[in-house]
Amino acid sequence: MTAQEIVFLFLAAIGGFGAIRLVTSRNVVHAALYLVVTLAMVGGTYLLVAAEFIAWVQVLIYVGAIIVLVLFSLMLTKAPIGRETLDNQQRGFAFLIGAGVLAGLVLLIQGEFGGKRISLRPVTTAQVGVSIFRDFVLPFEVVSVLLLAALVGAVVIARKDEGPGEPPERRVPLLGRREPTVTPREGVRR
Amino acid sequence: MMAAVLAATIRLPFLLIFAAVLFAAGVYGVLARRNAVLVLMSIELMLNAVNVNLVAFSAYLHQLTGQVFALFVITVAAAEIGIGLAIVILIYRNRETINVDEINLLKW
Repeated sequence: MTAQEIVFLFLAAIGGFGAIRLVTSRNVVHAALYLVVTLAMVGGTYLLVAAEFIAWVQVLIYVGAIIVLVLFSLMLTKAPIGRETLDNQQRGFAFLIGAGVLAGLVLLIQGEFGGKRISLRPVTTAQVGVSIFRDFVLPFEVVSVLLLAALVGAVVIARKDEGPGEPPERRVPLLGRREPTVTPREGVRR
Repeated sequence: MMAAVLAATIRLPFLLIFAAVLFAAGVYGVLARRNAVLVLMSIELMLNAVNVNLVAFSAYLHQLTGQVFALFVITVAAAEIGIGLAIVILIYRNRETINVDEINLLKW
């Protein structure tokens, strides 16, 4: 048992506990905070296998940005509390499927990679950058277009529409357009 | 000291089983939760399990491709949760609920 394995078991115990509490917690805000714990432990695991760049990306994007998004949406949707409002009636079935997935994966992993060891070798950010921009330039650009599309889409979807009762002529006129001449009907309304 | 660092090893199945635990918890969460935000959080958990696998095999094979793909997965996960939460907020605004079993307008 090397020192790395002892540290990893510590991180994995906390991370696994956070993951299980995340899916069983009765309070959505607590669930979001358990997600923070799990994501931070996953980031620690990345550091442990000497993948520093992806570890900091994990901390920045997941622990920094995604958790804030989740907490904001919990706040905007009035975060209900209680098992009956958070869980459906398929808990036993879902537990069976989850346990089956876990058992199958563990059997498969032990059978295929039972005694294999990772010999850790530090990976610098420069190496990752060279790999991205030498071998994966096109996927990188595609992903940036995807992010732009997702950004625009999220804004369009979540934007508040104007109220259904407002007639179209009461919208704010475009900049630079001349004020329309006042018809008698509008003059009465003003 | 440097030789000790270079000789550092870790068992590959440890990381893979950790990822399997995260994935199984995510599967349970997706199937058992009613709240749409909790379902999205469980999906994030499953994507993280995949990332742990990618990084573990990247370190095992001494190739960087796994780490680059983990970065792409993180990016797509960020886009996915942004869109997903926007849809959840829109549904809440229209229906006053985000329980996924009450949103059955398109259900046959």
